[in-house]
Amino acid sequence: MTSITEKRAPRTHNEKRKTRGTIQRREHLTGWLFVGPFGVVFLAFLIAPLAYALYLSLFQKKLIGGTSFVLFDNYVKAFTDPSFLSGAWFVIRFALVAIPVQIAIALAMALILDAVTSLFTRFSRLMIFLPYAIPTVIGAVMWGFLYSRSFGPLTDVFGFFGATAPDFLSKSLIFYGLLNIVTWQWAGYYMIILYAALQGIDPTLYEAARMDGAGRWQIARRIKIPLIAPALILILVFSLIGTLQFFNEPQILRYLAAGTIGSDFTPNMYAYQQAFGLANFNYGSAISFALGGLVFICVYAFLFFTRKRRSFL
Amino acid sequence: MSDHTSVSAGQRRAQRYLPLQILLGFLVIYFLVPFWWVIVNSSKDAPGLFGGGNTLWFADQIDYLGNLKQLFTYDGGIYLRWILNSTLYALAGGIGATVLAVMAGYGFAKYRFAARRFSFAVVLGALMVPATALVIPTFIMFAQLGLTNTVWAVILPSLLNPFGVYLMHVYARDAVPDEILDAARADGAGELRTFVQIALPLMRPAVVTVLLLSAVASWNNYFLPLAMLSDNRLFPVTVGLGLWQGVASANNAGGTSLWSLIILGSLVSVIPLIIAFFSLQRHWRGGLSVGGLR
Repeated sequence: MTSITEKRAPRTHNEKRKTRGTIQRREHLTGWLFVGPFGVVFLAFLIAPLAYALYLSLFQKKLIGGTSFVLFDNYVKAFTDPSFLSGAWFVIRFALVAIPVQIAIALAMALILDAVTSLFTRFSRLMIFLPYAIPTVIGAVMWGFLYSRSFGPLTDVFGFFGATAPDFLSKSLIFYGLLNIVTWQWAGYYMIILYAALQGIDPTLYEAARMDGAGRWQIARRIKIPLIAPALILILVFSLIGTLQFFNEPQILRYLAAGTIGSDFTPNMYAYQQAFGLANFNYGSAISFALGGLVFICVYAFLFFTRKRRSFL
Repeated sequence: MSDHTSVSAGQRRAQRYLPLQILLGFLVIYFLVPFWWVIVNSSKDAPGLFGGGNTLWFADQIDYLGNLKQLFTYDGGIYLRWILNSTLYALAGGIGATVLAVMAGYGFAKYRFAARRFSFAVVLGALMVPATALVIPTFIMFAQLGLTNTVWAVILPSLLNPFGVYLMHVYARDAVPDEILDAARADGAGELRTFVQIALPLMRPAVVTVLLLSAVASWNNYFLPLAMLSDNRLFPVTVGLGLWQGVASANNAGGTSLWSLIILGSLVSVIPLIIAFFSLQRHWRGGLSVGGLR
């Protein structure tokens, strides 16, 4: 009936009922009706803000002369701005340490929980997952208390052994203080995803491997881990996106660790400070766009390097 | 807690490795320490907190009721308002986002329409857009519409959940056979009726998962409400507690009584989510595996 019909292989059961054209057109319409509402939200709260942020980032507002089009000046400024660069360097360094640590712990826990089934492991699975139900802000508040010198337990615990308590809110240790918080917060969630993937593996594979003389460790390394590679890549990508956007935890600890965490500690905090602290929306937009670009590059680089092994999505 | 492992449960039960379980025990302690600290220390009043007593054990005189009363009456009961606000944002954002994601995921999986592949690729690309990069322009757009500092400023952007669409797409593709849908259509059911009565029940585990994940995302949200809201009577509990923490740290000496409220406040604020997670466990466990398996 129409030329659109030629574009796809027809589904045989549809042909029996009516002419392909009518069915096709109706399928187009109903398909769009189902996707449409989400599409509207997607355009309004993702595409439009992104386009607007890009637009804003191309302008500069000056006290004299008002707003003017400056093309990429804001980006040039951002990539030569020590505040942005040090923040970006921090989140990249943090991602390189925090993500392997979180995933290694999550994978180890998932493998243990998959191999050993008892009432205790079932209880452990829930308890380890518990922090995921805690808002990151509250998690940071809780750990802030534990790190606190005035009412945290570290002084007591270390004092008991006659040692001085480390100050995780100090400049030299804040990296580890934050590392601990994000590991606590996310390792359980990643563990649940990996555990679910492990449970989906056909157990007869293990039996076959055992008959071939494979030990427990070999089964884990040669069968289990390769088979859950897609799940591993999925959580790696999500943790990468999340870590580069680091905001909540350092923002909350700022109050406790005055002087250690500045307003430009991470790129996101710097963008927030520029936009809402200094009402410099143009530069704030440029920073968050630059950060978005950084995320994109990192994710694609990562996917490119893992592609040889397995495709994601 | 039904495990799908019954096939191999027999062999696995035999493998109770003690060292591994001990290792697991240490990990469980680590994950529970902050909860323990908060539970113990919310039994204390301000002098007890700073008095140098045992920081990992209860106060000599446990006074939860008194502290709770103080928490819920402080500043005209603002804390209860924050909890209610969080509930509103989580429910409205969560349910709205889920309805949209379920419909879109089903549409992408079960209909062949123009520009379908392209649209879906765009949605997947959106997973990589940092959500916070959207907050600044959205704030300005909302400011021009007069929507900042209203509940809509928090609820409307929460309706966007591309990951939910991805999850529903994968699940609908595998769990809803085309043959059943065609049979329903042949029996004269319309597209909407086929969706509601046939497809929806089949997708239930994924629907619950997406609902839970969206509601948690809204409940946990900090950056968006922090940027959008200036009236503290509209704050969700995350922003509210952050505000208290800032105040308490700023005047460390004068703000001591606020610290005990923050501790108890964090404890109370996590209880609803823990209950939701545990009571819905049976449903979301099945759905969560989907995202990882593909």
